[in-house]
Amino acid sequence: MKIVVAVKAVAALDEEVELVDGDTAVDPDGLEWDLNEWDTFSLEEALNLRDAAGDGEVVAVTVGDEEAQDSLLACLAKGADRGVRVWDDALAGADPLAVARVVAAAIEREQPDLVLCGVQSSDAVNGATGVAIAAHLGLPHVAVVKGLQHDAGVATVERELEGGLVEVLRVRLPALLTIQTGINEPRYATLRAIKQARDKPLDELDLGDLDLDEATVSAAAGARVRRLRHPEKGEGAQMLDGSPAEVAARIADIVKERLSG
Amino acid sequence: MSGILVLAETRRGELRPVTLELVTAALALKDAAGGRVVLAVVGDEPAALVGALAAPGVDEILTVAAPTPHFEAHGAQQALEALIEAERPDLVLLGHTIDSMGFGPAVAARLGLGFASDVTRVSWDGGPIATRGAYGGKLVAELEFPDRERTLLMLRAGAYDPAEVGGAAPATRAVDVAFEAPPTEHVEFREVAAGDVDITKADFLVSIGRGIEDKDNIAQFEDLAEKLGATLSASRPLVDAGWMSNARQVGQSGKTVQPKVYLALGISGAVQHLAGMQKADTIIAVNTDPDAPIFGVAHYGAVADLFDVAEALEQHFA
Repeated sequence: MKIVVAVKAVAALDEEVELVDGDTAVDPDGLEWDLNEWDTFSLEEALNLRDAAGDGEVVAVTVGDEEAQDSLLACLAKGADRGVRVWDDALAGADPLAVARVVAAAIEREQPDLVLCGVQSSDAVNGATGVAIAAHLGLPHVAVVKGLQHDAGVATVERELEGGLVEVLRVRLPALLTIQTGINEPRYATLRAIKQARDKPLDELDLGDLDLDEATVSAAAGARVRRLRHPEKGEGAQMLDGSPAEVAARIADIVKERLSG
Repeated sequence: MSGILVLAETRRGELRPVTLELVTAALALKDAAGGRVVLAVVGDEPAALVGALAAPGVDEILTVAAPTPHFEAHGAQQALEALIEAERPDLVLLGHTIDSMGFGPAVAARLGLGFASDVTRVSWDGGPIATRGAYGGKLVAELEFPDRERTLLMLRAGAYDPAEVGGAAPATRAVDVAFEAPPTEHVEFREVAAGDVDITKADFLVSIGRGIEDKDNIAQFEDLAEKLGATLSASRPLVDAGWMSNARQVGQSGKTVQPKVYLALGISGAVQHLAGMQKADTIIAVNTDPDAPIFGVAHYGAVADLFDVAEALEQHFA
């Protein structure tokens, strides 16, 4: 069973973040990168399916510059067989639809039985890239999956709905599923596996390798950032200062007053 | 048409509340966008829902008879694509919901639409402008959609108040869509959040998140909740980890709560969590990260160690 897992290196902001390019982007020096939490679950699910099938391959695919390399290596260290990183400077700041166009082209070369993505990324929280990839590939898709069983080319999945409701449905493969946190317990890589990850195959591709060009990708993009800003101050909470004991005393007063009302 | 197409959301034959929130957003833009507001509902008996959709200001309601008894993402995708191609709206509004996440991005990708999801506010400046969070909610982004004839936006549930329904129903028209056989098959719905506690009934919730760090610390917060006369609830990571039951989960996939007091301890405030508690009367948040998004919805906040605060707090409720 061949499974592609589309993963993303997510950016967390430092405390002192600077806006650049006319307030449409963040100074990259103020970012820290890590493998998206959701993708640790989709990768784990892929590794389990491969191992249950007894043979096959898990390929981790990402779109990202050199900052994404460590996240891809983390996937290899956890057990992915191969990595593919696609980058071109034209992809800086790409929106989910542009990224989906590129990832779809990379997946098309692989012809997998199953594509897994995280439901969303912790930084952009679009919840959109996976299903957009499926649209480009013409694959059946199910979003927000928190249970997955595979038997003879048919996946039985639990789709997590709002308010504690689950829909159980069947989908034939090949298909694309977006995976929700909590579906499994993602493994940690051993130190030995982290060292060995560097010896696993990792392809670095540019747009030309995928028969894409800058015009195609920018035509696929859904949005452009007009402005980034900090959330308005004053909308937020009234802050309680002081020692923990003083904070606790204020909280106790507020709670007692509100509950008596 | 130019104007705005709103797609209603239904589940098990009933309208979901986000639909009338989308109507509010559409009506607020109607004058600026200079067109009609058309509401479409796809379902096995869509005509039965027309009365629940009759908000003053809506110009027309379109009904599409679905081929499956329950929502099916690929059918919804085909229906929406057919509606967009027939009606040619400037703006299409969906909820940023689990169902819409299953087909909205596919429609945008296939038709080459302007697109944004988890949008909290839409305005108009020659075309739609979408406001949403960025970098985990620590920044706010305004997005524009230059050179797009049409834009599809998925609006966060709860971002707008629901439109009032009543008065004369607008004109209704049935639209035929040639559906292909769906690639998925519905098996069943299952309730997973049932349990021995109903956190939606509590006046006072003490809610814990990742900040409690370890499963062994849960007992301490069970004790705290009991001393305070509160009910203990949790954010998603503690439920994912198996430390707390589904029944106690607050958020989009858990329960939506509206207690008199919500005391959030060590919860950073992912958007899915905020969706489940932001309407609480009084929200108090304690977190070590001064930039935690929870402080954006809290009424009172403290940047402090939650264990120290919890210990001191107990003594006020002895």
